[in-house]
Amino acid sequence: MFIINCPYCGEREQSEFKAGGEAHIVRPKQPTELSDDEWAEYLFMRKNIKGIQFERWVHTHGCRKWFNMIRDTSNDEIKAVYKMGDKPPIK
Amino acid sequence: MKNKYSIFSLIKNALSYHENWEKAWKDPEPKKEYDIVIVGGGGHGLATAYYLAKKHNIKNIAVVEKGWIGGGNTGRNTTIIRSNYLWDASAGLYDHALKIWEGLSQELNYNVMFSQRGVMNLAHNLQDVRDLKRRTHANRLNGIDAVYLNTEEVKKFCPIINTSPDIRYPVLGGTLQKRAGTARHDAVAWGYARGADEMGVDIIQNCEVKGIKRNADSVEGIETTKGFIKTNKIGVVAAGHSSVIANMAGLKLPLESKPLQALVSEPVKPIIDTVVMSNAVHAYISQSDKGELVIGAGTDDYVSYSQKGSHDIVEGTLSAILELYPIFSRMRMLRQWGGIVDICPDASPIISKTSIKGLYFNCGWGTGGFKATPGSGDLFAHTIANDEPHKLNAAFNINRFISGDLVDEHGAAAVAH
Repeated sequence: MFIINCPYCGEREQSEFKAGGEAHIVRPKQPTELSDDEWAEYLFMRKNIKGIQFERWVHTHGCRKWFNMIRDTSNDEIKAVYKMGDKPPIK
Repeated sequence: MKNKYSIFSLIKNALSYHENWEKAWKDPEPKKEYDIVIVGGGGHGLATAYYLAKKHNIKNIAVVEKGWIGGGNTGRNTTIIRSNYLWDASAGLYDHALKIWEGLSQELNYNVMFSQRGVMNLAHNLQDVRDLKRRTHANRLNGIDAVYLNTEEVKKFCPIINTSPDIRYPVLGGTLQKRAGTARHDAVAWGYARGADEMGVDIIQNCEVKGIKRNADSVEGIETTKGFIKTNKIGVVAAGHSSVIANMAGLKLPLESKPLQALVSEPVKPIIDTVVMSNAVHAYISQSDKGELVIGAGTDDYVSYSQKGSHDIVEGTLSAILELYPIFSRMRMLRQWGGIVDICPDASPIISKTSIKGLYFNCGWGTGGFKATPGSGDLFAHTIANDEPHKLNAAFNINRFISGDLVDEHGAAAVAH
């Protein structure tokens, strides 16, 4: 349980949000060209990092907008929040 | 040879005030080299080592555990054992485990307190009714005991359930697997540890894996907090931390690690003599031999290794429990905790070789691994010893995410799946 600073609404309880998993997974540009291995990589394989992870969240019970978050998954500390399409503020 | 546990050893040790019991397992320092190293000293890892030594006659094995054995998800789950899964592959896997459970205390000479008190799954809407009936038929075709109960039969089997038609999610029926039940989770880890230790397995606690040494196509050993250990076979059974270990070997797994919570109440006199699970409202409950109500909550939807969960998940589960069991409205909860579960996209486990020779993974058990402990250990031992899967875990290979031949148990089996 933690507080999330929605880039559109400000600080709200985490229970208002849904996690959307790992961020910055690029959708294949040529899906018809993809091998089975590449499909598996895109669809299923995840970094699942213990530490600093880049992920997507949506403010389901609020503005319903998607955004990105950088979070330490070992202690749930949020490092940064940024809008979709923006560059990550930290590496 | 260890002393056998029996009524006589109990009496003998009572005379010396229980001060002379021998250690159930040694506490060795790691040797320089092992034939096989198992990473993770939970139930699955210890069972793997036990069956490798017992059935495959490989004795030079180490189990390395970063904390203490059974201190992870083995000691954190709600101890439910059942095998009423929908698909043939899952039914084969989980019923294999259930059959081993039925004789496990005798085999290990260790009372794992396996109790076949039955597991009931409730239906709260028409789709639940159809799904559970379908699953009952599928179970019977696979030789797994299952019966479908109507509302009156549910009430008769577990009288404290509120079957009134005017609750938010009324009970329309349920399934019952009578061979299912519970076991004492810690005892499973301790029993396997004692058995494995007796056959020469080194159980090394407080030994965290820091790296995997490999060449182009095979493994050479592991770096640990207690130094380098040489081996050319590594079996990883690290549950929520599987991706972390995989990353050390340069592998990616189809897993996400999430907190799953459970809680127990203050102890009370016997009130519920079975296990009741409800998928639709996400509540499941049983009573421990100490008298505590054991309640399983859900997973959070975000990746976390923090072993904590969100309060709203607990609140949701308890509100469902109270609607179904109004009798518990004044119970106080004693303890709440979280464990980190590794969830596969198809909610089925991976017991498999990998693209790296000598590196094996047993992971992805997600929210329901405890019930499979003996079967998982047995099949993983077979896979490591023969470098080939057993026919019962062939479907649970890692390549299914490439071929698309998934074992999709999401929502098909019961709660938390």
